[in-house]
Amino acid sequence: MANYETHEHDVIVVGAGGAGLRAAIEVSAQGLSVGLVCKSLLGKAHTVMAEGGIAAALANVDPQDGWQTHFRDTMRGGKMLNNWRMAQLHAQEAPDRVRELERWGAVFDRTKDGRILQRAFGGHKWKRLCHVGDRTGLEMIRTLQDQGVHQGITVYMECTISKLLKDGDKISGAFGYFREDGRYVLFKTKAVVLATGGVGKIYSVTSNSWEYTSDGQGLAYEAGADLIDMEFVQFHPTGMVWPPGVRGLLVTEGVRGEGGILRNSKGERFMFKYLPEATKNDYAATEEEAKEWVEATIHGKKSEARRPPELSTRDNVARAIYIENKEGRGSPHGGVFLDISYQDSERVKKKLPSMYHQFKELADVDITEGPMEVGPTCHYIMGGIRVEADSAQTRVPGLFAAGECAGGMHGSNRLGGNSLSDLVVFGRRAGLGASTYAKSVSGQPSINDSDINLAIEELEAPFNREGKNPYDVAKHMNSIMDAYVGIFREQKDMETGVAKLEELKKDVANVAVKGGKAYNPGWHLCRDLKNMMVAAEAIARSALSRPESRGAHSRLDFPDTDNGKWSTVNTSVYKDGDEMKLEHTPLPVMPDELKELFEEKEKAHA
Amino acid sequence: MRKATLKVFRGDKNGGDYTKYEVPVEEGMVVLDAIHYIQAKDAPDLAVRWNCKAAKCGSCSAEVNGKPSLMCKTRMDRFEDGEEIQVQPVKTFPIIKDLVTDVSWNYEVNKKIKGFSPPQDDNEWIIYQEDIDRVQEFRKCIECFLCQDVCHVLRDHDRKDAFMGPRFLVRTAGLEMHPKDTANRMKYLKDEGHIGFCNITKCCSEVCPEDIHITDNAIIPLKERVVDEFYDPVAKIFKSIFGGKK
Repeated sequence: MANYETHEHDVIVVGAGGAGLRAAIEVSAQGLSVGLVCKSLLGKAHTVMAEGGIAAALANVDPQDGWQTHFRDTMRGGKMLNNWRMAQLHAQEAPDRVRELERWGAVFDRTKDGRILQRAFGGHKWKRLCHVGDRTGLEMIRTLQDQGVHQGITVYMECTISKLLKDGDKISGAFGYFREDGRYVLFKTKAVVLATGGVGKIYSVTSNSWEYTSDGQGLAYEAGADLIDMEFVQFHPTGMVWPPGVRGLLVTEGVRGEGGILRNSKGERFMFKYLPEATKNDYAATEEEAKEWVEATIHGKKSEARRPPELSTRDNVARAIYIENKEGRGSPHGGVFLDISYQDSERVKKKLPSMYHQFKELADVDITEGPMEVGPTCHYIMGGIRVEADSAQTRVPGLFAAGECAGGMHGSNRLGGNSLSDLVVFGRRAGLGASTYAKSVSGQPSINDSDINLAIEELEAPFNREGKNPYDVAKHMNSIMDAYVGIFREQKDMETGVAKLEELKKDVANVAVKGGKAYNPGWHLCRDLKNMMVAAEAIARSALSRPESRGAHSRLDFPDTDNGKWSTVNTSVYKDGDEMKLEHTPLPVMPDELKELFEEKEKAHA
Repeated sequence: MRKATLKVFRGDKNGGDYTKYEVPVEEGMVVLDAIHYIQAKDAPDLAVRWNCKAAKCGSCSAEVNGKPSLMCKTRMDRFEDGEEIQVQPVKTFPIIKDLVTDVSWNYEVNKKIKGFSPPQDDNEWIIYQEDIDRVQEFRKCIECFLCQDVCHVLRDHDRKDAFMGPRFLVRTAGLEMHPKDTANRMKYLKDEGHIGFCNITKCCSEVCPEDIHITDNAIIPLKERVVDEFYDPVAKIFKSIFGGKK
């Protein structure tokens, strides 16, 4: 049997994006020993890609804002399927987390009077996103990284966890390998925080990098946790569509937040006609009103004008772009036009510097001169590991989850800017929850040798068999998900998708690879594919089980949102033997004082 | 479809050689796409680091036809038809495998810099935009380490034992120029980071994918501060009488 090295910590955090870093900082602050394990180098996680900002009701720009409005916007954006308690904690704690980031060295853009500046974003009633140009995620990850480093966190870089180990029903360790040389590693621990991010690599057009292979979701599922809301996959409305090499690359919602206009090939500003009745009154009714709002925003003035229709929620804008294309009014490469070039070019370069460079260098388009071509790209998954709101604990004792890999916070659709705040609010809570739990565990839980042997056998197997190239299998999975469980869904398509995924499982179980164990990406993908399969199957089965359209889940055969049963249940999947079991579990019931927030809103509209 | 030939370094610390691969070229393709094509079709074990593919994470640094570059930003249509494109790992750091190098030294250097040290107050901070424009420029750094790669103190003289390199001078400048920072890192810069080793050839600024004016805006002002602190006789007398700032 192969050798492995062993490390011991009170808590192991898997993933070093915003949530993982914040969790590790919290564990360390609680006086416990923490090991932070990440697949890439430190500081490269996907948080770095977040552009537009972090949502927090600081009320620096719009003094009317407050946590109640942020909470309400979040719940409405998620079409009321969110875990209300998570949405409440998030809205209440986000301002403190932003101030904390500033105290740790983050340098946010400022208002004229020297406070943290906030910009508008889709679905947020007030200007709420604290930002640094269009590189807010980089600012956040570097701040957390340096804070963590100076706090003395132990980081295991380029290390992949392939199995969670348990002592009875409780977490006792994590096993994996270092990418550098393929050596194996055992982490003995009392608690594990999963903060591994999303699943974007199961679709072909995605803003996600190679890392987003559903690792946390896969590990948690195997360990006995359940995944909820997996049918809700966010296609960001504005990804690059041309040239092919950059297809899917994110174009920040900040472009629309700064006044970017969407038009179809006929020059029509189509978003006006796609505004849902329920929220129509929050948006400008005419181009003139939208223009007035943009002018007021640019000059930091007060205005009664309502925000432009481009700032509708992401699910809605993505669907609108899809329909415009389907009805023949798309741009030459299957998108629509996003235009900010009517504004002063120096301002555009200052507010959206990385978008300017991204288009200039990769697409030969000067966004201060002409429009960008954009279309939907797989960006985020609302669903994920089910956690208890306050502590972020899963149903497996000692297993915690935070950030994108956890579910519940965003319901059926996430608002832009609510992800960065989610990371720090629930990263901290998961770190706190794991610390409290670890302190309550007496002695080191035991590790079962046979579990380690199984983990090693699983990792070695691709070298010792004939089978398909893992890259081909991943591509096949992409094509199934694109074709049968994409933006618009229909029963027979999803049934075909589920059947094809079932067949693909054999290929996933038998992928083979050549070469050695030292830095061999093909080998790494062999294990990642299993996690991807968990997400793909969970998404397909969950989507098939929900006969309505809600948020990011759009059914052609059930175009309406159901106000009955389907507004009261989450879809949950879990492992039962070798089968994926599915059930619908009741939503937690919102207390009356929070319910009133929605009634007031309706009264105001009447 | 047009085809391109890539000569990619394959090997590890025990040596290696260039292997040729043919890759079909699509419009808008970058070198990293070509490397991914090779990985998927010919060589699944070809080692390469990458993440965002949008020049935001700084993972895919390599030397393309000898020029230190981010592969995700290096377009294939920059090369002539029939031109062989040579891709090799960055030279300044020890190779792990193929295009991947051991950059852990950088993380060790970073740990030694005294972190952000604000005053312990609870007031809301009022900071004006014009006072942080410069700091924000430094904080654009994506840690691709290309500046470290081309710095001749590190690349040609291999003085990683002494010199912190441009990346960490930029980080230090970002801290020193932060309006709320109270620490003083001048002694560290002079005696441990050895800022004096930099003789401002500006290679680092030229290669920076984020267009940070590393030499002009970070290193030279820091050098001036070090000089003020340690070598200015008038200031020395002044300080000995009235006490120094920080």
